[in-house]
Amino acid sequence: MFDFLIDPVQLANVLGTALRLSIPLIFAAMGGLLCERSGVFNIALEGQILFGAFGAAVGAFYFGSAYGGLVIAIAFGAASGLLLAVLGITLRVNQIVVGIAIILFATGFTSFMSRLLFPGGGNSLKLDGFSNIDIPLLSDIPILGPVLFSQNGLVYVAIFSVFAVHFVLFRTRVGMSIRAVGESPAAADAAGIHVFALRYACVIIGSSLAALGGAYLVLTQVLLFSDNISAGKGFIALAAIVLGRWQPSIAFMACLLFGLFDAVQLRMQFDQPDIPYQVFAALPYLVAILALVGLMGQANPPSSVGRPYDREMR
Amino acid sequence: MTAAPARLTLEGIVKRFGTFRANDNVSLKIAKGSIHAILGENGAGKSTLMNVIYGLYEQDGGRILSNGKEVRITDPREAMALGIGMVHQHFKQVNTMSVVENVVLGLPGRQILNLDEDRRRIKELADELGSEIDPDQPMWTLPIGTQQRVEILKMLYRDADLLILDEPTSVLTPTEIKAFFVLLEKLRESGRTILLITHKLDEVMDLADRVTVMRLGRVEAELEIANTTPRELARVMVGRDVVFDIQHAPPKVGDPVLELDEITAVDDRGIGALHGLSLTVRGGEILGIVGIDGNGQGELAEAIAGLRSISQGRIAICGQDASGFDPSERKSVLKMGYVPEDRQKVGLDLDSDIAFNMVLRSFRAPPFSKYGWIDFKKIRAHAVDLAERYDIRMQSVSQRVRDLSGGNQQKIILAREIEDNPKLLVVAQPTKGLDVGAIEFVQRTLLAQRDQGTGVLYISSELEELLLVADRLAVIFKGRIIGDMPASEATSEKLGLLMTGRELA
Amino acid sequence: MSSETLTDARTSRLLTVIRVIYMLKTVWAVIVALLIGAIFILLAGGDPIEGYTALFKGAFLDYWGIGDTLVRMSPLLLAGLAVIIPLRAGLFNIGAEGQIYIGALFATIAALYLPGFLPGWIRIILCMMAGALGGGMWAAIPGLLKAYRGTNEIITSLLLSYVAIYLIGAVLHAWLIEPGAPYPYSREIDKSLELPIFMPRTQAHVGIMVAWAAAILVAVMLWRTTLGQAIQVVGHNKHASSYAGLSVKRLTVLSFAMGGAMGGLAGTFEVLGLKYRLFDHFSPGYGMQGIIVAFLAALNPIGAIFAAIFLAGLQVGAGSMQRATGIDTTMVAALQGLVVLCVAVGLAFKFHPDRWRRRIAAWRGNE
Repeated sequence: MFDFLIDPVQLANVLGTALRLSIPLIFAAMGGLLCERSGVFNIALEGQILFGAFGAAVGAFYFGSAYGGLVIAIAFGAASGLLLAVLGITLRVNQIVVGIAIILFATGFTSFMSRLLFPGGGNSLKLDGFSNIDIPLLSDIPILGPVLFSQNGLVYVAIFSVFAVHFVLFRTRVGMSIRAVGESPAAADAAGIHVFALRYACVIIGSSLAALGGAYLVLTQVLLFSDNISAGKGFIALAAIVLGRWQPSIAFMACLLFGLFDAVQLRMQFDQPDIPYQVFAALPYLVAILALVGLMGQANPPSSVGRPYDREMR
Repeated sequence: MTAAPARLTLEGIVKRFGTFRANDNVSLKIAKGSIHAILGENGAGKSTLMNVIYGLYEQDGGRILSNGKEVRITDPREAMALGIGMVHQHFKQVNTMSVVENVVLGLPGRQILNLDEDRRRIKELADELGSEIDPDQPMWTLPIGTQQRVEILKMLYRDADLLILDEPTSVLTPTEIKAFFVLLEKLRESGRTILLITHKLDEVMDLADRVTVMRLGRVEAELEIANTTPRELARVMVGRDVVFDIQHAPPKVGDPVLELDEITAVDDRGIGALHGLSLTVRGGEILGIVGIDGNGQGELAEAIAGLRSISQGRIAICGQDASGFDPSERKSVLKMGYVPEDRQKVGLDLDSDIAFNMVLRSFRAPPFSKYGWIDFKKIRAHAVDLAERYDIRMQSVSQRVRDLSGGNQQKIILAREIEDNPKLLVVAQPTKGLDVGAIEFVQRTLLAQRDQGTGVLYISSELEELLLVADRLAVIFKGRIIGDMPASEATSEKLGLLMTGRELA
Repeated sequence: MSSETLTDARTSRLLTVIRVIYMLKTVWAVIVALLIGAIFILLAGGDPIEGYTALFKGAFLDYWGIGDTLVRMSPLLLAGLAVIIPLRAGLFNIGAEGQIYIGALFATIAALYLPGFLPGWIRIILCMMAGALGGGMWAAIPGLLKAYRGTNEIITSLLLSYVAIYLIGAVLHAWLIEPGAPYPYSREIDKSLELPIFMPRTQAHVGIMVAWAAAILVAVMLWRTTLGQAIQVVGHNKHASSYAGLSVKRLTVLSFAMGGAMGGLAGTFEVLGLKYRLFDHFSPGYGMQGIIVAFLAALNPIGAIFAAIFLAGLQVGAGSMQRATGIDTTMVAALQGLVVLCVAVGLAFKFHPDRWRRRIAAWRGNE
């Protein structure tokens, strides 16, 4: 059953697949992590991936270029972030309720619009996508090189986003303020930090990142748009954030782990045609749940996550 | 004194919350380089006024002048730009961050963090203030007194020359208070202006140059300390002559109603909070628990109430082992009433109505329900009756508890906990945040209970209050009782020593 | 009577009117959603009035349409209840979809394997119990994890839905599949187990009435029993619940399980009342739509009946709209999303009598 682990070529293939499958998770997890660090619970990641995927399809279709797709995807992500921010930060509606509403809206809106905008629906598209970029030298490494270091640009962007989020949060002044706002908005406010502005920025940027996860699916993997293409990835990303204890680097590894299980189960579906494929397909979701449950010594989220700030609360 | 120019002037400040006027036409003038106190009871509007000055609240009327120039302060940033710094009663700090991060938080500077220079300057400033501070320690690991110094340092670091201190001594031990006074004198000598918000008379007398007395949101008087007496200040503050003690008959002490034998428990973080604590409360007496906040008082109350499990020892209520009784059984079966410290978070369901809150701990048993069915008629009738007896001000018993004042909320809890004649009553910080009238009501109610033979365990961080009400005092320190005495023999000095852990020889 | 008391009377009348306007905010939210939806129809090149008229007629003014609407209402209402009960305890169950599937699975197994000598109605009741049990047990998992491990119930309940859907697929494949079926569905259940139809020549089965009864029972449970009050206290304030002697953990699991039982019933009726088999992927997202029902009903179980009828009407009328105007039926999916979004916006508006009293006073002052 696990023969592919022994053959280096096959193993490298599985690892390459794992990396590809983990990219949307990484985008969404980094986006969600940024939001939560600033004190906003962004449960809408699932919907934002969907928005990103749809936006990418729209952009690529109308501009005839993958870059056009990227721009529109980010615009959709940012707009959904703005919505979450206005409702969840300014108007102080329960952020979980807002998040769920955004997911439901994204589901209906994208499925209707894709039928409206694309002749024959999103399924019959053949979009212009991104091609792979070889990293000099590294991509020449035998076996591993081609699968790991010859990827499309978005893969590198995703990995860069991990470094970027980590650097901003822990090595810059604004990152210190973000962490303060997520832990104790009252203290940050008294220290003269613009709590709302910072939260807005984090939510909009974070949501755009999550949308990139959807854009990646459309522009590099399937080159079409289908209903509910996000398939629970937003929630797996949420699990990765918890598992990563709100640290970008650990959350990144959690995403890789989930991607790996996904790649392994795909491989097993292929290798074991006698066993119903669903047994394997359920694996990544099960692993995410088990990982959450097995999490020893509960990690604490930023103390103010999900709590709208009201200066004049008495 | 009048010769010094005014550092800050307030003219006719008004601040409303709903229809309630928290500040009503407040005016005052603070001379440069002086310590100016604002004295008032809880709910007098002091904190609201400070938040207006600091830009956290926006006033609905009136003017603010800083160094003689009219200013609009809509944000703490603007206050800081004017050299105004504030140390809140509940410190505005990020516990998970280090001292240096807390100090530089929100300051402009290079984006890429390099805090070496800041560390050096913080050490310098700390030396100047005569305190030892490690800039890299996480905030939550520091003692409260040090945390307060960091808060002050934070303001000085921003070049504040007017410091607003909101009830700064309420969290300090007597020794820490002494050191704190020295620090304030030092700050005054260095030419800084200090605005001290407090409800403690002796503090004002010891420290301040001038005092503004507030009551019910208004300024009652502005006085030179040299020309006034504590008695006069107290009268102005409360609005009538204050009798400094409540008359009460000597206790008729009965059998023990609460016996704690060497109990041990941990706090929410799993750190030991009670270490073999023993005490006894008898029927007909009030035992006051004295101590500085954070020495296990909260855990003690919760352990007795059944909300916190004990790892060792034994709790007996009216001679019966309490283990195996959940919080509501301790009320209904063991006859124990409990007034928790945090009435909004623990004592009440703010989103339910008054009637339901009156039976919060008994709605699952007859007469309020039968076979799982709730009898709302009985619950309402019960509530109407209690509301009248305990003088709860409301529109109807179907009003949401969230919309009531703190005093009325506390009355609901007291009514509920007392109405079935408990043998034991545990009350934790029952007067916190209440106005004078409500405080008196609470104290009278507890004394009346005592006279009926109930044993009362009264936990409070207000020493004066305990000296007034309790028959016997026990001092809690680091999770143990380290001394007790009849209230008649207690003095602030004696208790103060015990509170800091020095056992009496 | 002085002019002042007259003004007071007028002010309080005005306040009552404003209060009613606030109370109806769900209605306003729906109207706004329909208006935005009209823009969508325009974008799609249709006539909104024509479209909405066709939709309304198809769903509510046509005998067969009403039948279809009721058939759709049943799973929506039960899924709504599956969300409402835990949410009253402050817990988000967004995995009703999975509970529906597991309920359907349990009911199907019961229907296929219960001994035939039992009278049909007893077997139907046993099937319903099996379905409710299956959904309840599935929902108890996130409840238990939340209560005893502190695991976020939103994530686990949703991820479990995916597991459930795949589980049904696997079980169908390996065990229940009709031999020779072109795609995965189970063998047919016995004729005696098919739920009676109460509207001749439609598919309106008695499961619909059971769903209504369930809604009323949930309302009674929440508002008239100690259990319901306890659940709501837990939803308001966990600390006060412990103080009141309630077991927060037990109520967490219980409310989740009760919600799951409702979801399980929804799945049960899809099998016994409608399809008479278990199909792979039979639910078009009823679980998620249950969330819309719950919000639209403001967590009121009786309100959920109307919310579910409204949503079911939209879905059924979508076909008529498509035939009349050529607008794709997925327009209704977008409309549902808009509805829930507008309801969420509506949550931001809370009635503050004092603020309005002051505003009214200011207007009077200007007059």
